[in-house]
Order: sequence, then C-alpha cells, then structure tokens
Amino acid sequence: MKRYERSTQWLMLAPVLVVVLGTIGYPALRTLLLSFTNSKLTGLAKKVDWVGFNNYVRAVTNTDFQAATWRTAYFVLMSVGFEVVIGVLIALLLDQKFVGQKLARVFLIIPLALPTIVNAMMWRWIYHPDFGALNALLTQTHILSGYRSWLGEPGVAMNMIILADVWKNYPIISLVTLAALKLVPKDFFEAAQIDGATIWTRFWRITYPMILPALMVGVVLRTIDAVKVFDIIYVMTRGGPADSTKTLSFLVYQEGFSNLRSGSAAAYAYLVVLISVVLIILYVTLLRRQERTG
Amino acid sequence: MKRTWWATSLVYLCVILFALSVLAPVAWLIISSVSSTNDLTTTPLRWWPSTPDVSRYQLLFNFEKGSFSETFLFALRNSLSASLLATLLSLLVAIPAAYSFSRFGQGKLLYAILVTYMLPPVALVFPLYGLLVALKLLNTVWGLALVYCTILTPFCTWLLKSNLDSIPQELDEAALIDGANRWVTLWQIILPLALPALSTAALWAILLSWDEFFYALLFTSNQQAKTLTVTIADLAAGRAVDFGLICMAGVITALPPVLLGLLLQRGLLSGLTAGSVKG
Repeated sequence: MKRYERSTQWLMLAPVLVVVLGTIGYPALRTLLLSFTNSKLTGLAKKVDWVGFNNYVRAVTNTDFQAATWRTAYFVLMSVGFEVVIGVLIALLLDQKFVGQKLARVFLIIPLALPTIVNAMMWRWIYHPDFGALNALLTQTHILSGYRSWLGEPGVAMNMIILADVWKNYPIISLVTLAALKLVPKDFFEAAQIDGATIWTRFWRITYPMILPALMVGVVLRTIDAVKVFDIIYVMTRGGPADSTKTLSFLVYQEGFSNLRSGSAAAYAYLVVLISVVLIILYVTLLRRQERTG
Repeated sequence: MKRTWWATSLVYLCVILFALSVLAPVAWLIISSVSSTNDLTTTPLRWWPSTPDVSRYQLLFNFEKGSFSETFLFALRNSLSASLLATLLSLLVAIPAAYSFSRFGQGKLLYAILVTYMLPPVALVFPLYGLLVALKLLNTVWGLALVYCTILTPFCTWLLKSNLDSIPQELDEAALIDGANRWVTLWQIILPLALPALSTAALWAILLSWDEFFYALLFTSNQQAKTLTVTIADLAAGRAVDFGLICMAGVITALPPVLLGLLLQRGLLSGLTAGSVKG
C-alpha cells in the first residue's frame, strides 16, 4: 500500500477509535481496576484500598450472587430457547404461500420496534392482579376459576417475564430466518418430496443447514442481550417477589447504586462479562460441530 | 407443489393465531388508553369502552407548568434530541471507518470493536458517570447522546462495513485514476451508492437509542434530560391509579419507532441481512 493510502486508512479510522477507546475502552479498563478495590460511591473522598481478588472471591461465594447467576441462566436459556423455536416455526409458516403473506410479515415489525420499556409496561398491565386482561380472559373463558397475581408469585413471575420477552424478541429470529429461507432453492424440496422424504427429514436435511449460519448470528445477538437483561425486570418486578426475578444485571445495579459499593459491583460486572464470553464460545463451538457432522 | 385442503386450512389457522398473538396485546394497550378508568377497573372486565375517552390525549396539548403534559413533552423532546444526536454522531464517525475497514482491511480491529458490544452497560457505567461529571454533561441530552455512542458506533461501523463490501472496488479505482483522493471518492462515489445501507444504519441507530433505558435512568435526574423510557418507568412505578394514562404514554412512545419500522421495513431487513450473511 502506498504511504499516503496508509495514512488515509488510519485517518479514516481515527474518529471511531477515539470514540470507542474514550467511551468503551477507557471505562471498561477503569471498571476492571475498580473491581480490585474497595471503592465506594459516596461523595466523600475516602481512601481507596487495593484488595486484590477479594471482591471476586466474595462474589462467587456469595449466595445472592450464585442465586442471581442461576436465575440469569434460566432466563437466558428459556427466553432464547423459546425465541429460536417459535421464531423458526413462525418463519417457516410465513414462508408458505397464503393470501396476505406480505401483511403477515409486516406484523413481525410491531413487537420488534416496540420499545422494551413499553413492552414491559404493557405486559405488566396485562398481568395486573386485579384488572389485568389475562386474568379477565382466563376467567371469562373458565380456564381459571379466580384472578391470580402473575407477577406476585415467586414461582410464576420469572416465567411471565420470559413470556413477555419472548413475545417481543422472537420476530428478529423469524426475520433473519425468513431472509435465509429465501436463498433455499425450492426445487430441492420438490425433489426430496418425490424421493419420499417426510417434512421432518426435509427440515433437518435441507432447511436447517441452510438457515444455520443466519440463525447463529441471531442466537448470539439474542444471548448477549439476554445476559444483560435489566429494563424489563426493572419495570415489571424490580427483582421481586422475594428476589425471584433478580438477575445479575439487576444485582450489579443494586450493589452499585443502592449499596453504593462500586468496587464489588465492578467485580460482579466483570463476572457477567465472563459468563457472556463462555456462553458465546460454547454456542459457536456447538454449532460449528453440528455444521460439520450434520 | 400442491397442498391438500387440510394443509391449507392448517396454514390459515396458524396464520390467524399468529396475527392475533401479535396484535391483541398491542390492541389492548391502545384500547386501554381510550377507556375510562371506570371501564378499566370493573370486573368482569369491559373489553370495549362504553364511550371512547380521548381526554388523556388532549392532556398532551395542555402546556401548564408542573402538569403531567409538561413532564411528558419534555421527555419527548429529550428522547428525540438524544436519539437524533447520537445517531448523527455515530454515523459521522462510522462512515469513514466502515469505508476504511472495507477497502483497507484490518479485520481484527473490527472484531475488537464488535466485541465491545458484548460488554454489559454495568461494566462501563461507573467510569462513564465520572466522565460525564468531568465534562459537565451529567443530566444533559448531549451527555446521553455521547453515552449512546458506546452502543451505536460499533453497531453502525459493522453494519456499514458489510454493506460497503458489496460495492465493487473498481469504482474506487476508476475515481482514483481520475485523480480523486479517497475522501472525495467516499463522499461522491461510494456514499450515494450506499444510501440504502446508510438509512438502514440510521434507522436501527434511532430505534436502539429511543429504546435505551439503563444509562438514561442513571445519568438523568429531571425534565432537562429525562427520556420517555425513564418517564414511563417512573409512571409505572408511581402510585398513580390511572392505568389509561400509562397506556397513553406507552402508545405515544411506541408510535415513532413502530411507524418508522413499518415505513422502512424493507430497509430494516435488507441492510441487516447483508450484514448477517457476510458476517
């Protein structure tokens, strides 16, 4: 490359590097340093001590932290799992020929574009223990004999949040899958059908390998987002009832902004990062292996 | 391939169920926003308002000081300016970078930038708070816009890069031979061709920043900068029993992104899938 080309290359990269280093790189590094100290968020300038891995050790041995980790894992597995299954099924449905196909595909945009906070507030209203539409619907159709407090029962609340999250987020999986389905040659199916392949084998032998790369991108993006889950929980339950929906991000938020222990909150935050990294590596290797053997 | 009649009916049945599942919750949000509080709090529930009540929407045009509408309109302004500023700012820095990544390489650096998307906001929030205090941007729309760049810049750079890849390099070479430099080439030859990708990036950037809640919750404290998402969370948490009012706020907050999404649905997808297929 000519010398002036090289300088243009870096000149063009410079603004992004400044923004990314300034607003992401530097804060991420500062947080990492913070996680090894006993720093507090109080206004007073107190002496901050270096405490080594203490915060990390205390985090992983803390039962609150462990419980929040399992809750987060449950949330991620259930919501991403259902989003993938429902997302792919809906994509396969909308890939069929029927009157109004275009309109039906447009419907997918609505949950997708609906702001997360509005989605959370909408479902909280639907789940309302006294005036909620879900209670009314289920009792008026005699499926349920009395009103229930969907977000007030520890065993139920998390699943109701997952339902709300799945409703909003499966369309992105559907859209990505639909785009990939467009590339599947239709005569593949006809040939397979003539050869006597069932719907089941046709899906796993033809469709699935074709949509896998696009699906993988969707799954990774959704997983990263699900590990970070905060907004929907903040609006729907604030971690309650009895901490049953307190996920990691919410715990970090409380540790930092209610307990004002920014040092230990930073350690929590880095453990969340670690969990995302592990999950993503797991996914990618699993899917790669399947791609090879499938 | 011909379908049997029962397969066809099954498809239609499933499509109807799908449409209902998407539309019913949203319809209920809208119906609630125009139902009187009486209708909303009776058991058995009244599914259709006895008389539509649009008084909550009229509230929006009552500009009295200290009123709900004042709070809400300020939030609307803040959400709008923070999203637009953040989008503009991140596109401005992402365009030359995307071009550079597309034409000159440095793929590893791009991956490094992409990986930052994995960092949860809680891993950045304490130093960012300090940064905003130092810049005197705490509780300002500018500060929020700057913070939103942490989300938008990596995303826009990646999306634009994968779209620029599909524009043939020969165009650049022809322009360079004609004596244009890279900046002129980018500005006059490539950008006009990349307009669809640019609008996709802008659309997603607006949706993402309109949706943002965590930073807005922590970095804003009053009307001067509180966004719609924070205002709705405040409303939902408050003791206010006017459920219809909360629903109205939700409808208004959802309207711009949903309309944008529906209007530009083609761009929403094509640009993104170009990105996801190429990786």
